[in-house]
Amino acid sequence: MALINYSSKEINCKIVYYGPGLGGKTTNIKHIYSKVNPENRGKLMSLDTELDRTLFFDFLPVDLGKVKGFSVHFHLYTVPGQVYYNASRRLILKGVDGIIFVADSQIERFEDNIESMENLIDNLREYNRKLEEIPLAIQYNKRDLPNIVSISELEEALNPRGVFSCEGVAVEGIGVFEPLKEVSKKVLRNLR
Amino acid sequence: MPNGKGASFEKEFQAIKECLEELCRETKAVTVLLIDKAGQLITSAGNVSSIDVPSFATLSAADFAATSNLADLIGEHDFSTLFHQGVHKSIYVSLIADRVILAVIFTKETTLGLVRIKVKKTAEKLSELFGKIFETLESEYAGTVDDEFISEAETEIDSLFE
Repeated sequence: MALINYSSKEINCKIVYYGPGLGGKTTNIKHIYSKVNPENRGKLMSLDTELDRTLFFDFLPVDLGKVKGFSVHFHLYTVPGQVYYNASRRLILKGVDGIIFVADSQIERFEDNIESMENLIDNLREYNRKLEEIPLAIQYNKRDLPNIVSISELEEALNPRGVFSCEGVAVEGIGVFEPLKEVSKKVLRNLR
Repeated sequence: MPNGKGASFEKEFQAIKECLEELCRETKAVTVLLIDKAGQLITSAGNVSSIDVPSFATLSAADFAATSNLADLIGEHDFSTLFHQGVHKSIYVSLIADRVILAVIFTKETTLGLVRIKVKKTAEKLSELFGKIFETLESEYAGTVDDEFISEAETEIDSLFE
């Protein structure tokens, strides 16, 4: 749950990028880091391995500035996508306010997307939370590659509730901000 | 925010801050930080200018969470304290009221024993204060984030993430 600190007049919200390994979660967060005004962002912290894979998480604080006297901060996290890092994935989900699911559009990764979505639901259950109660958006990433699954098939497999989704090419910054905007707005609306 | 509730929260928050300042003074610690389990800073005492506070808070929470899993693996419920010893500075981390993390950064000017004793005392006081705060926290949400707030925030989000 987002933390409203009345004394320092701050609101902190935690948004987590979830999805299968090498799907582009870190690329999303790196693009955000490169595009957001330095005054509005903190340090991008990456705990990754030498093989370009996130071991624990990436973390990027983004400041929205003051809204009605309150400083609003979004803390963006990515989880490690690899199946065997489930313990750290679950830890990052603690206290999550919003989730952006980064799906890999490539045909050979289709099953991995489904497995990751199921894993997300299972991990939330550990905290007695349900995915449908948390603001969610889906990015179908890597749309520039030739061997990709159609959007309708991806929607059918991953988005039965019809939450916000968009096509993305995270390496070029396409479809990166849309899901983030959608989820951040929903997170704030949830505070009402 | 309803005035009465806001004021009571403010009072307890001030008491928490004083508790941390007292701990910082008595242990001659460099910095004392209070962090929630999701990795967000609640408040601090001492010198925070030399550290990257958001990163520190996030890593402390992750550190604690990872160690909880380690505890699980050997059949323990939790490790209530962690100690990281460095050449010049050390960190003593403690879980309070099962919900918040207290981190003390200290140098050789003090000793681990003293920090341990004082943190224990502070933990008791903080547990009591947090008990009261958690009771009122839910109702504090009401009213702060209204339609006007949402509309202003959404404009900010649009311009920030262009």
